[in-house]
Amino acid sequence: MEQLQSFFKGLVTTFPNALPGNISQGLIWGIMAIGVFITYKILDFADLTVDGSISTGGAVMIVLTLNGVPIPIGMLCAFLAGCLAGLVTGLFNTVLGIPGILAGILTQIALYSINFTIMGKSIASVSVDQYPLFISMRRVAVTNGFVTVALEVGKIVLVVAAIIAALYWFFGTEYGFTIRATGCNSNMARAQSINTKKSTLITLVLSNGLVGLAGGLLAQYSGSNDVNTGRGAIVIGLAAVIIGDVLGSAILGKHFNFVAKLSFTAVGAIIYFLVLQIVMLTGIPSQFNKLFSAVVVAVFLAVPYIRKTIKTSYSRAARNAAKTLDDENNAADIENAEEGGAGDADSD
Amino acid sequence: MLTLTDVRKTFNAGTINEKHALNGVSLDLADGDFVTIIGGNGAGKSTTLNAVAGVWPIDGGTIEINGQNVVGLPEHKRAKFIGRVFQDPMTGTAATMEIQENLALAKRRGASRGLKWGVTKKEREEYHELLKTLDLGLEDRMTTKVGLLSGGQRQALTLLMATLKKPDILLLDEHTAALDPKTAAKVLELSDKIIEENNLTAMMVTHNMAAAIKHGNRLVMMNNGRIIYDVKGEEKKHLTVDMLLEKFEEVSGSKLDNDRMLFSKKSAE
Repeated sequence: MEQLQSFFKGLVTTFPNALPGNISQGLIWGIMAIGVFITYKILDFADLTVDGSISTGGAVMIVLTLNGVPIPIGMLCAFLAGCLAGLVTGLFNTVLGIPGILAGILTQIALYSINFTIMGKSIASVSVDQYPLFISMRRVAVTNGFVTVALEVGKIVLVVAAIIAALYWFFGTEYGFTIRATGCNSNMARAQSINTKKSTLITLVLSNGLVGLAGGLLAQYSGSNDVNTGRGAIVIGLAAVIIGDVLGSAILGKHFNFVAKLSFTAVGAIIYFLVLQIVMLTGIPSQFNKLFSAVVVAVFLAVPYIRKTIKTSYSRAARNAAKTLDDENNAADIENAEEGGAGDADSD
Repeated sequence: MLTLTDVRKTFNAGTINEKHALNGVSLDLADGDFVTIIGGNGAGKSTTLNAVAGVWPIDGGTIEINGQNVVGLPEHKRAKFIGRVFQDPMTGTAATMEIQENLALAKRRGASRGLKWGVTKKEREEYHELLKTLDLGLEDRMTTKVGLLSGGQRQALTLLMATLKKPDILLLDEHTAALDPKTAAKVLELSDKIIEENNLTAMMVTHNMAAAIKHGNRLVMMNNGRIIYDVKGEEKKHLTVDMLLEKFEEVSGSKLDNDRMLFSKKSAE
């Protein structure tokens, strides 16, 4: 009872206070999720590189900042570092013929060492007091007043919007078309003179670039980067993609176009963090975060399948068949009864 | 236009599943030739088309298109010369893309693709007119995802795509086999029309002997990865299904073992 009380108290006090932070964090992870969307949804490639490349982006960001490199250049480098990670996975897959999932896992594991080497330790920090960070968790604290918080959240919204606009443009170009065709039907793509290996490579590079950038933003936001930051990142990314997909199709239906899909992916990430916050308010220890994300993804992945099986399944077919047989037997019984009950329905 | 010289291909060489699919296929197509290819199961009909398209590298021989040896070119580079329609209607189009986007992809076959818009306004008008010629009402559904079309509609669209940019060679790989008879007849008629209007050089694999006789100016029969019969012109025009069956037994020394082919003989009678 006491626990329930503290939960509702948290919902009224902690939750609103944490709202701007959760939205900011959700938006940053939303950029990462948009990267996942590009590989998972458009290219049809489950790329696990992201677990490593998000931390690579953060490591590059922090190390460069600490060495006096201007923040925008640091962010560009975080993006490029992610691109490089994607390139490695792409080469594993297209040149060496390693299956996609395994190629991603190999890069991800290798990046653990690389990330550690870049930072020279397992956790690196950067202080918002000493460096003009683009974004910081400190500034979104509600105690700073509405204007500061709104400006800070607005900045990330702007970044996300710019990324969505750029991707909308890119996937509408001739080259964007080749990527979509590769993901949809690689046989057709090759028959239309598309080099599917090249388009696969470029998509992985672009996707991980966005993930690296998200890592760079996340490192600034939290003021630190950990070699373990990315552990399970793919699951959060997928959760955002899937939550966004389910929500978007439910709300927009037929009008769920490309821009909406990318936007809802970012919204999906925000929802993920809001729900996570609520779950945390119940007093569940934070080590259950990852369990929670896995459950969320499993549930959302299962829903479409279960919906389908509810409509049509073997057991349902069996029930229907049994019912039909029953009806026939009943009809036969009635007929027999009407005929004077000369024959016994069970005997034929 | 297209010259195959002693083309050889073995699948799974050195394993228990070793299959000598092409055992020295030689064929010379003149400009404007429309050749139909028939043969039993595993005769090498589709394999020949795939060899030309460059789906995998061949083991021996040469393939020349317009005098250029293309055996060293991978599939996507060879696509510059070749338009293809496949047996499975799902294979030739991108289901999650719009009709106009699919056409735009085909329009750029063999060209370099950059960061210009994938479909321009001018193209849309062109595609609208072009789709009208199919008489399937697709011109009013240009932004529909291709995945929502029927198999016949998708094959008709694939045909249009394969010939949108005039190919040196058009490869039709049993492209009506997965369609119902009525739709198949319509797609065949459309293929004829497009090939004739554009004076295309084409190869069509079919299991329908009547169709193989009716369409094209040349007919090739394959068995065990070899061409065993090649007929054209006047002689081809006078062929009958029974003559083909007889010819097959005479040359190969066995009965034709393509079930679908025999079935199509019955339905043709």
